[in-house]
Amino acid sequence: MAEVPEPTHRRRSHAGTRDLERYAGLFAERTSVMRSSAMRDLMAITARPEVISLAGGLPDTSTFPPQSFAAQMTRIAQESAAKALQYGPTEGFEETKDCILEVMGAEGMLPDPDDIIVTTGGQQAIDLVCKTLIDPGDVVICEAPTYPGAIPTLCSYQADVVQVECDEDGMQVELLEQLLAELRAEGRRPKFIYSVPSFQNPAGVTMSLLRRQRLVELARSQELLVVEDNPYGLLRYGGEPMPPLYQLDGGDFVIYLGTFSKILSPGIRLGWAVAPPPVMEKIVLGKQAADLCTSTLTQYFVREYFAERRWQRYVDDLVEIYRARRDTMVEALRTYFPAEATWTEPEGGLFIWATLPDYIDTSDLLAKALRADVAFVPGQAAYTDGRGAHSMRLNFSGVDEEEIREGVRRIGKVIAEQVELYGTLTGEHRVPEPAEEPQPNVVPFRKAEEA
Amino acid sequence: MKVAVLKGGRSLERGVSLRSGARVEDALERLGHEVLPIDVGPDLVKRLVAERPEVAFVAMHGVGGEDGTVQELLEILGIPFTGPGAAACARCMDKVQAKDAIDDAGLPTPHWFAFNQTAFREFGAADALDRLEETLGFPLVVKPSRGGSSLGVRFARSAGEVPQALISAFSYDDRILLERFVDGRELAVSVLGDEPLPVVEAILLEGDRYDFEARYEIGRTRFVCPAELSAEEERAVTEAALATYRALGCTGFARIDLILGDEGPWLLEANAIPGLTDTSLLPQAAEAAGLTFEQLVERILDLALHPTAA
Repeated sequence: MAEVPEPTHRRRSHAGTRDLERYAGLFAERTSVMRSSAMRDLMAITARPEVISLAGGLPDTSTFPPQSFAAQMTRIAQESAAKALQYGPTEGFEETKDCILEVMGAEGMLPDPDDIIVTTGGQQAIDLVCKTLIDPGDVVICEAPTYPGAIPTLCSYQADVVQVECDEDGMQVELLEQLLAELRAEGRRPKFIYSVPSFQNPAGVTMSLLRRQRLVELARSQELLVVEDNPYGLLRYGGEPMPPLYQLDGGDFVIYLGTFSKILSPGIRLGWAVAPPPVMEKIVLGKQAADLCTSTLTQYFVREYFAERRWQRYVDDLVEIYRARRDTMVEALRTYFPAEATWTEPEGGLFIWATLPDYIDTSDLLAKALRADVAFVPGQAAYTDGRGAHSMRLNFSGVDEEEIREGVRRIGKVIAEQVELYGTLTGEHRVPEPAEEPQPNVVPFRKAEEA
Repeated sequence: MKVAVLKGGRSLERGVSLRSGARVEDALERLGHEVLPIDVGPDLVKRLVAERPEVAFVAMHGVGGEDGTVQELLEILGIPFTGPGAAACARCMDKVQAKDAIDDAGLPTPHWFAFNQTAFREFGAADALDRLEETLGFPLVVKPSRGGSSLGVRFARSAGEVPQALISAFSYDDRILLERFVDGRELAVSVLGDEPLPVVEAILLEGDRYDFEARYEIGRTRFVCPAELSAEEERAVTEAALATYRALGCTGFARIDLILGDEGPWLLEANAIPGLTDTSLLPQAAEAAGLTFEQLVERILDLALHPTAA
C-alpha cells in the first residue's frame, strides 16, 4: 500500500492574516479603548485542568436531568421542527415572554409583555441598552465594584464610567445623590445608572429596601434611567426577599434585565430586557441590526421546559446546592484566611468579595496563587480606575464543596505567607497562622469616608 | 524544512507566547517550511523524539521557555534551536545574574541590591533596608529577579512604600532586587546575530511614569523606531547594547533594554526571547531595518542552523 503521509495537525492556513499592520488603519477608534492587560494574560492560564478555579461565574449545570433535556428536544423535533429551525420575531416569541412573566412574577413583577424583548443572554441585553443610550463621552454610573463583564461593554461604547462605592447594603445612594449634584453643576446628565441590586456581582451585597426606595425616587424626580440587572434574584439562600427596583418604580424609569442563565442554563443564551415603549422601540431596532432574533431553538426549549411546570423546583434544588456551597466557602474563609482579611457573606447569588490588607495586591497574589494551582478574579477587574487592588472575587457555584474548601485553603496559604513576610519587613511580627475559632470577619466594606 | 515551533507552556506569559508562536508559524508556512506547532507540556520530549524536527523555533517567554530549561533539553536532544543557548538564557532571565555579568564587564547598570525571601524571613534583612534606601535614594525600583514583562515591578517613592513593593515582587519570584531609579529615555536595542537593529524608544503617553502597567498597555505607550538620537547617542547606545549582548553570551538574537540618561546609557536587562507579536519591539526594529517579518524569521532560523555564519 502506498504511503500516504498523515497530516500531523490541522490548522487553518491563513498566512499573513495575523499581521496587525495590514488592518490597523481600518480599526474604529473605539477599539483603542478596548484594553488588554497583563492580568488578562494571567487569566489565560487559569484554564489548566489542575487549577481549582474560583474565578469563573459558572452555574452548576451538572444537576440538570439529561432525560428531561432529551424529552424536551425530542418533543420539539416531533412537534415543531420546522418552526424551531426557522427565524423568529425580533422581540422573541410570545410563549417565551409567558415564561419570562412567570419568572418575573415569582419576584412580584408584572410587566406588560409588549415591553419585553428576548435577548441572546443577559450580556446582549446590556449591550443593546448601551447601544441605544450611549454616545461617546456620556456619563454612566455604576457601582464600585461593578460587574466585571459590563466594563468592556461600557468601554466599547466609549462611556465615561463613574463608580459609586458600595457597602454591605449595596450602592451608597447618599453618595450617588452627591455625585448627581456634582454632575449637574458641570452640566452633565448621566445616561443611566447601572446596578445589580440583589446579590451583586462581584460584591455579593444586596441593596437595602430604604436605598432601593430612595434610588427609585431619585430616578423619578430627576427623570434618570436606572438599569437593573437581576440575574440572581431567585437564588436566595437566606434573609427576606427584596422588591426589585422595577417593581418599586413600575417600569417608568427602570429598565430591567433578566436571564435564564442562572436558573436554567447559560448555554441556551437566553435573557431579556424590559423597557418603557419608546426605549424598547429603539432596543428592538438595535437587536434587529445585531442578530435579527434570538435563537428560536432555545426559545422552544424554554417553552417546553416551562410546560413541565418544574422550573421552580429546579431553582429550589439549585438554591439548596448553592446555599451549602456558600456556607462551605464562608466556613473555609473563617478557617483559612488570616485575621486581617474581611469578606461579604451574601444572602444569595454566586459570589463572595474578600478584601485583604492594603499591602497585598491581588493581581500579584494571583501569580503566586496560580503556582499553587488556584485562581480567583483580582478586584481591579471590577473597577475602571485601577481601584480594587486589594480585593478578590470568589465564586462558589461552579465547583463542589471539597474543591471550594481546598481552593480557599490554598489561597489562604499564599496570603498568610505574604502577611508573614510583611510582618518581617515592617517589624510588625504578626501571627500568620489563621485562628482556630471563627472570627467576626464580616466587615465587608470600609465606611464611605475611608473608601 | 521541518520546523517545530515551541510556544505556550505554563509560564505567566503564556498568552503572549501563543501570539508570538502563531505569528511565527504563519511566517514559516509562507516561507514553505513544514510547521510543527507544539504547545509545550509533559509530552514535549516524546513529541520531539517522534517528530524529529530539523530545527526548533523557541517562541516561549518567561520561566520554563526563556530561562534555559527548554534550551537545555534541546541541546541534549541535539536539535538546533533559535535564540541564545541555555546558559545565556538562564543569565538573561535572572536579572540579578544579568546585572552581575553586565557589571563585571565594566558596563554601567544602576546600582542594586538583591535578596531572597529567606533573607527577610529568617535573617532579618529588613533591618538593612534603611541603609540600602539611603544608598539607592528614592524613588527606587523593586523587581522580581526572574519575571517577564512588567509583572511585579514596582516603584517605591518613599520608605513606607518599600514593604508593599517587596510583597508584590516576591509574588513572582523568591529573589528580588532593589535598584536605583535612573531617569532618562527608555530605549530597547534588538540584536540579530551580531548586528544591532535600529533603536526603539518607548514614550509614555498618559499617566504616571512610575506606572509600569502603562508601559505595556496598547494605547498608553507609543513606540518610535528608529528613535530620534544624535549620531553620538546612537553609537553609545548601540555599543553598550552589543557589549551587553556579548557579556551575557547571547547568540541568535536578544533585546537589550536600557535608559539613556544625561551621562549616557544605563543597562537594565536583556530579554533572551523577546516577543514576536505584531506589537512587539523586535519585529518593529527589524522592519525599520528593512526586514519583513518573514525575512526576520528566516534570518533567525539561519542563525540557529549556522551559528558561525553570523
